[in-house]
Amino acid sequence: MSFELILFYLFATVLTVAALGVITVKNSVHAALLLVLTFFTAAALWLLLQAEFLAIALVLVYVGAVMVLFLFVVMMLDIKVEPLREGFVRYLPIGAIVAVVMLVEMLGLIGLKTMSAQALPADPAGASNTAWLGKALFTQFLLPFEVAAVILTVALIAAVMLTLRRRVGVKSQDPAKQVAVKASERVRIVKMESASKGGTP
Amino acid sequence: MLSNFFHSWIHDPLIAHAGTFGLVVWLVLCILAIAVPVILTVALYVWWERKVLGWMHVRMGPNSVGPAGLAQTFADVFKLLLKEYFMPQAASKFLFVVAPLIALVPAFAAWAVVPFDDKVVLADVNAGLLYLLAMTSLGVYGIILAGWSSNSKYAMLGAMRSAAQVVSYEIAMGMALVGVLICAGSLNLSDIVRAQGGNWGIFNGFWLPLFPLFLVYFISGVAETNRAPFDVAEGESEIVAGFHVEYSGAPFAVFFLTEYANMILISFLASVLFLGGWNSIFPVSWGFLGAPGWWWLFVKAFFFAFFYLWFRAAFPRYRYDQIMRLGWKVFVPITIVWVLVAGCLVYFDIVGPGKV
Repeated sequence: MSFELILFYLFATVLTVAALGVITVKNSVHAALLLVLTFFTAAALWLLLQAEFLAIALVLVYVGAVMVLFLFVVMMLDIKVEPLREGFVRYLPIGAIVAVVMLVEMLGLIGLKTMSAQALPADPAGASNTAWLGKALFTQFLLPFEVAAVILTVALIAAVMLTLRRRVGVKSQDPAKQVAVKASERVRIVKMESASKGGTP
Repeated sequence: MLSNFFHSWIHDPLIAHAGTFGLVVWLVLCILAIAVPVILTVALYVWWERKVLGWMHVRMGPNSVGPAGLAQTFADVFKLLLKEYFMPQAASKFLFVVAPLIALVPAFAAWAVVPFDDKVVLADVNAGLLYLLAMTSLGVYGIILAGWSSNSKYAMLGAMRSAAQVVSYEIAMGMALVGVLICAGSLNLSDIVRAQGGNWGIFNGFWLPLFPLFLVYFISGVAETNRAPFDVAEGESEIVAGFHVEYSGAPFAVFFLTEYANMILISFLASVLFLGGWNSIFPVSWGFLGAPGWWWLFVKAFFFAFFYLWFRAAFPRYRYDQIMRLGWKVFVPITIVWVLVAGCLVYFDIVGPGKV
């Protein structure tokens, strides 16, 4: 067994255990942290496949940004887990059906892919992973890439529009005005005659 | 050359005599050769910070322990290590212990891709810039977990503030780095430094064509390391000490070490990405002064490290909403526009590898 294979089994085990932990542990913060571990080991697996760009992007986007926000929300909300677990048995069949359908779909997709398409040639001119990926995205797959970008932008704007509400009567500062303020608007120097000596009451 | 010397005297004999094991030993030696100086630099940096703050406050700063107070930091470290380690009763035990380590690991792991000189770099990876961004964004986990696991309101508030702040400034920071990688045409840090080489010395650096991005990057770096004036995560006057309020002794020392290691890292990165790294600040034709070398990188990094201290002494702390406004409404638009400008500069051959 080669060193890489040992590493693969190690990472795969950690990933599976962590993923199981995400859906079984009681504490929601612990679950979120286990999800972080899952992403991290998935990135390590991709590194084993020499997809360094994708692996680091996974860590950067999911671990570095998405999961931080996730943790932020989970810690703020202080979710009680027990109510969430009610009706576990009742909904188990539906959940199982959904899971099986997803599995069949994924297997079908991957199976079709492996049968129909041959793997893209690995960097022909010895170019780096990143340059090769960039070239493919901006030439061969330009349209899907742009469409994905537009969809994400629309989702972003929609999320802002859904949550943005203008409340009346809220006191808030206008930083531009604060910066533009002059000393003469805030302090008034008053010249006064000094009180006469000995005239203290 | 420095790297040739070490390669022929340590690396080659190790490989020749011990094979794979020798390679592992060599790598461990390399890691120690980076980590130990970083820790020592942190100690000296803390001393220098206290000195600079002292001078700016018209006082002496540390001056009693050792010559010019140089041993003060070491005395402090020993005090911290010998102090009692205290854990709150209702703390989440495992996370409370692990949090300082989670904070420490990315702070040191990021040094792997920092090029100190031509070919003097631990891991010359192709996606180095991306790796750095990933590592600097991981540092926030230590802070969040410390805040949450302490089971304290103050620590929790500090953690929440820190999480929101780091995620916000990450975007501005990432966009600033996009400008750099457009101009350099590579994600490899050594290539980025090479792209800033040329006959004009310091004026070959990317700070000139990317000046707004340079400012945004360094200010975001200050925010990302939770330093004044962006240190709301540990604002003493509001939430006692923020996320590390429950930590004492050695774990507190680890948080301290992490913060300063991160500051030094950001200083090095700003020099590598915008001021031309190991390239001389003088034109190459100036002979000895124009020769590239690691000392230039250290001079540039010291310059930025000093700025950190200067900021701390000069600026009052930002209010939380002001921080958010600066990150989202000022920095992000600036970087988006300037990434476009950088693209145009490269497209019309004004800036780029081997240009200027």
